[in-house]
Amino acid sequence: MSAGWTVNRLTLAGLGVLAVLGLIAAAAPWVAPYDPETMDVMGVLGAPSLAHPFGLDVLGRDVLSRVLYSLRVSLMVSLSAVAVATILAVPLGLLAGYFGAWVDTAISRTLDMLLVLPAMLLAITLIAILGPGSAVAAMAIAMIYLPILARVMRTSTLVVTGNDYVAGSRARGASHWRVLVAHVAPNAMGPVVVQASVLSAFALQLEAGLSFLGLGTQPPTPSLGGMLADGRDVLIQAPWVEVFPGLAIVIAVLAFTLLGEGLRRVFDPRGVAE
Amino acid sequence: MSGQLGFVLRRVALTIPTLLVMSIVVFLIIRLVPGDPVRTMLGFRATDANVAELRHQLGLDQSLVSQYGVWLGKLLRGDLGRDIVSHAPLSELLAQRLPVTFELTGLSMLLAVAVGVPLGVWAAVGGKAIRRLTEGFVIFGIAIPDFWLGIMLVLIFTGLLAVLPPSGYTPFRKDPLGNLRYMTLPVLTLAVGEAAYILRTTRGAVTAVLGRPFVTFLRAKGIGPRRILFGHVLRNAGPQVVTVIGIQVGVLLGGAIIIETLFALPGVGRLVVTGINQRNYPTVQVGVLAIATIFIVVSLITDLIVGWLDPRVADGAGT
Repeated sequence: MSAGWTVNRLTLAGLGVLAVLGLIAAAAPWVAPYDPETMDVMGVLGAPSLAHPFGLDVLGRDVLSRVLYSLRVSLMVSLSAVAVATILAVPLGLLAGYFGAWVDTAISRTLDMLLVLPAMLLAITLIAILGPGSAVAAMAIAMIYLPILARVMRTSTLVVTGNDYVAGSRARGASHWRVLVAHVAPNAMGPVVVQASVLSAFALQLEAGLSFLGLGTQPPTPSLGGMLADGRDVLIQAPWVEVFPGLAIVIAVLAFTLLGEGLRRVFDPRGVAE
Repeated sequence: MSGQLGFVLRRVALTIPTLLVMSIVVFLIIRLVPGDPVRTMLGFRATDANVAELRHQLGLDQSLVSQYGVWLGKLLRGDLGRDIVSHAPLSELLAQRLPVTFELTGLSMLLAVAVGVPLGVWAAVGGKAIRRLTEGFVIFGIAIPDFWLGIMLVLIFTGLLAVLPPSGYTPFRKDPLGNLRYMTLPVLTLAVGEAAYILRTTRGAVTAVLGRPFVTFLRAKGIGPRRILFGHVLRNAGPQVVTVIGIQVGVLLGGAIIIETLFALPGVGRLVVTGINQRNYPTVQVGVLAIATIFIVVSLITDLIVGWLDPRVADGAGT
C-alpha cells in the first residue's frame, strides 16, 4: 500500500462500532433475550430492570430485543439501498466521465431529473406510487443517492482520465473497454467508496424517518423508526420506549460518519466526494 | 450590467424546464400506481358506476397526453381539483396548510442562520476551545435524526419542565403567543441540524478566504483584523454560504414532512403523509407539487443572490 495509507483512530473506531453493531444485528435471533413479538400483558410499559434492561413497550414487548431486531432490518434496508445506488452509479459515472460529449450530456441530464424534488419528497413520491414497505423504501433511498454517487464517480473519472497513463494505454492500442476496466475504474473508485460510506449514515436516518411516518418497514416487522412511532404517545410516562431506539440510530449514524471521514483522508485526498 | 441581466434571464428561463419535468412527475403519480388507482382509492365496496364517475372526474379515461394537457391547463388556472375524502377544493386546503409549513420552515431557517453563521465565523477566527465546541455541535447536529431530537425535546420541555405543549397548533392570527408556544419545539428541532450544516460551511468558507493572498496583503497594509473580517472576508465567503442555505431549504422541506407529523402541525407535509395512507392521490399530488414548487423557486432565488454577490458566477466564469 502507498504511503497515504495511514490507519487513523477515527476510522478504526467507526469500523469497530459498525462491526459490533453488524454482528449483534446479524445474530439478533441468538443474542436477543426475548422474542421481539411476544407480549407480556402484565408488564406493559415496565421500566428498565435486570430482566428487561431497556424496559417494555406499549404491548409489553421487550425493548432491547426489538432494538436488536430493528437494527437488523434498518441496516439491511439502508445498506442495500446504498449498494444498489452504487452499483448503478459507478458504470453511469464512469461512462459519462470517460466519454464526455453526448454520452455525458445524456447521462447527466437524465440523472438531474431525479434532483428536481428534494430528497425526502422524492422518496415519499415513490412510496405514494408503489405503496409503503421496506423494499420500496430501499429503492426510494437508492434513487435519491444514485445521482449523487454518479456525479462523484463522473468527477473522479474525469480526474483519472486526464492522467498520462490512460493516454499511454490508448496509444499502445488498448480498447476503450480495457482502459476503462483496467485503468480508469480501479483508480476512480476511491471517492465513491467514501461517498457511499457517508451516505450510509443518512440512509439509516432516512429509513428510520420513513418507517416513523409508517411509510417504510411495516409492522409487525420491528424497525427503529416504527418503534419511535409506537412509543410517541407514551413518551412522558415511559421514555425508555423512545430513548433506546433513537440512541441506536445515533450510534450507528456516528459510526458511519466516522468511517466516512476516515476513508476520505485515505481514498479521497483531492476532496471529490461531497 | 447587461451580463447581470442576461444571467437573471437565463437562470429564470432554466426554471421552466425544471418546473415542467416536476409537473410531469407529479402528474404521473396517480397514473403509475400499480393496478387500478380508482379502485384502490374507493375501496372494495365501490360500485362500477362510482368507479367510472371518479375515473372520468380525474380524466383517467382519456389518452395520457391529452390528460396531461387538461391537468396542466386546470392547474395554471388555479383549479387543483378536490380532496376525494373530504370533497373540499384542494386550493382551499392548500391555502390553509401552506402558512403552517412556511412558518415552520421559515422560522427554522432564520434560527439556523442566526446561530450557524456567527458561530461558523467565530470558529474560523477563534481559538481552540471554540473550534472544539463547534466541532462537537456539528457532529451531533448531523448525526441525530431530527425527529428523535424532537422527541427528546418534548421529553425535556413537556415531561421534565412542563413549560411547552407536546404537540398541536393555533393559527398566529387567532392567538400569536399560543402559536409561538406550539411552534417553539418543532422549529428548534428542525433548526439544530440545519445550524450544524450552516456552521460547518461558514467555518470552511471563512477559513478558505482567510488563507487567500489578498488577506495577507491587507494585513501587511496594516488594516485591522475586524475590518478585514467584516469588510472583505465575509463578502467573499458569502456566496458559498448562501448556496448551502439554498440547498438546505430542500432538506428543511423534507424534514418538515416528518416534523409536522410528529408535532401534529396541519402543514402541507402532513397533508401528503395522510394522503398516502388514505390512498388520496389528488391530495398527494397537490402537496408534492406545492413543496416541489417552493423548492424550485427557492433554488432560483438562491442562484440569483449568489450571482449578485459574486459577479463572476453571473458572467459564467464559475461554471
